[in-house]
Amino acid sequence: MSLTSADIARIANLARLELQPAESERMLTQINGFFDLVEKMRAVDTTGVEPLAHPVATIQAIALRLREDRVSESNEREANQRNAPAVENGLFLVPKVIE
Amino acid sequence: MTNDTSALHDLSVAQLARHLRERKVSAVETAQHFLSRMRTHAELGAFLDVNEEATLAQARAADVALAAGHAAASPSLLGVPVAHKDIFVTRDFVTTAGSKMLEGYRSPFDATVVAKMAEQGVVTLGKLNCDEFAMGSANENSAFGPVKNPWNPLHTPGGSSGGSAAAVAARLAPAATGTDTGGSIRQPASFCGITGIKPTYGRASRYGMVAFASSLDQAGPMARTAEDCALLLSSMCGPDPDRDSTSLDTPAEDFTRSLNEPLDGLRMGIPKEFFGEGLAPDVRAAVDAALSEYEKLGAKLVPISLPRTELSIPVYYIIAPAEASSNLSRFDGVKFGHRAAHYTDLVDMYKKTRAEGFGDEVKRRIMVGAYVLSHGYYDAYYLQAQKIRRMIADDFQQAFKSCDVIAGPVAPTVAWTLGGHGNDPLADYLADIFTLPASLAGLPGMSLPVGFGAGHLPVGLQLIGNYLQEAKLLNVAHRFQQVTDWHTAKPQGF
Repeated sequence: MSLTSADIARIANLARLELQPAESERMLTQINGFFDLVEKMRAVDTTGVEPLAHPVATIQAIALRLREDRVSESNEREANQRNAPAVENGLFLVPKVIE
Repeated sequence: MTNDTSALHDLSVAQLARHLRERKVSAVETAQHFLSRMRTHAELGAFLDVNEEATLAQARAADVALAAGHAAASPSLLGVPVAHKDIFVTRDFVTTAGSKMLEGYRSPFDATVVAKMAEQGVVTLGKLNCDEFAMGSANENSAFGPVKNPWNPLHTPGGSSGGSAAAVAARLAPAATGTDTGGSIRQPASFCGITGIKPTYGRASRYGMVAFASSLDQAGPMARTAEDCALLLSSMCGPDPDRDSTSLDTPAEDFTRSLNEPLDGLRMGIPKEFFGEGLAPDVRAAVDAALSEYEKLGAKLVPISLPRTELSIPVYYIIAPAEASSNLSRFDGVKFGHRAAHYTDLVDMYKKTRAEGFGDEVKRRIMVGAYVLSHGYYDAYYLQAQKIRRMIADDFQQAFKSCDVIAGPVAPTVAWTLGGHGNDPLADYLADIFTLPASLAGLPGMSLPVGFGAGHLPVGLQLIGNYLQEAKLLNVAHRFQQVTDWHTAKPQGF
């Protein structure tokens, strides 16, 4: 299986990455090189095998836990906004979305 | 050692802790000594951020506690300086994860691992260079430049915890933290001739570790001895149920408890797939010599098989990028991090921000990840990889029926030259072959120095244990270090 430049453009759009033409081309070659390696994996018979998400589930049951829904953090708006690219009156600024 | 601090950097963490406890040296003197060495050897490129004021303030606080006798209980890390991989967020130091995306980022909180160590009086020396978002095997993917291997500055220190390994090998820090997703603690430890351990997945909290691949990322210590790793690992682990949903319930342990147990009758599994033709002869010679040493210590070598070793490469390089593409979607230029200066609309802002902020390898992995998770491809790639992941984990359980620990090389070669893999990401991926299986299985693994190969570059031995068997691994490594001196070898000029 080989990806085409159209695939690269589609994925880049999904991943919200702007790629320059030369970059797309390089990416296409490299990703296709990588998928040659992946072919071996696709050929493995995995009928009846359960996918493994948490590795320790190999030996014991692992339940993904939820924490209690209670306030645990104090308001640190200033500290949290210190790294924001654009802030005004305590709000994060983004380009206009709705005209 | 009276008031002479010249050899402070040659002390192990255990020795340094004892000197501090006995007030032979103060935490401030110790911190100053290492800060001065960091300045002298800045050319290594190991550190990304230093904040001497913050370090000395922590050291002063440690001295107050030491004067009050708070370190009476042994073991104590009170006043011991450690540097953190720049993947752990820190309040007092900039956190970049080696990415332009996070240049200048100031976290409002400390990672759990950092906070736990600070509670025990560990002093932070600074933040260590690493591959961007921990993606890489040579530290060449850092947006802030590569790190040099102290054994030979033309060679890579390994990655992604390259700054951690180089700093410890060059004695710029007695120990460092690292993270290991596919080998990022073990491989740089091997390349720089130090000792490092990745615990069982879920042992150390991932809270505040900039996420790469959440089902694989684990924190661990890097130091010069197994004893030091045991001390530090004890301070880093423990449940963090409210902040890390995959953190194990297993209580914190004293990993030093069985360091001195004899190895008589230890069954050491030797996977034949780790000793094939891909293994360089110089690495093989050093590893074989180490295995003979283990036989002298009473271990029995047991041939085993990990039949899906080679498959671990595609499986890992599907799963890790898939999780990375999801984790890295948070970098959109809105609430923190880089934002492009020029754009037409919101979507264009996302695309340009991410194009400018991410480096080549990170973009490649985001692309691969987005592709294998996209509609129509999920089952064929991601799900298939997760199924083989279980088969790989089961292979280990099969192997552990006939052995107590597994031993083999960490990497097929010694450290390659900086730029040596050119523009070929696949060359880096293939070199991860021996560390990926334990990562996929979530097993604890470590590297300890066992000799030198071509160009007098260090060779590490990898030890893999069953789940939660870190104390056993450290015991096996410690006994080796009691009868050999590879771990005391020091690169010239440091």
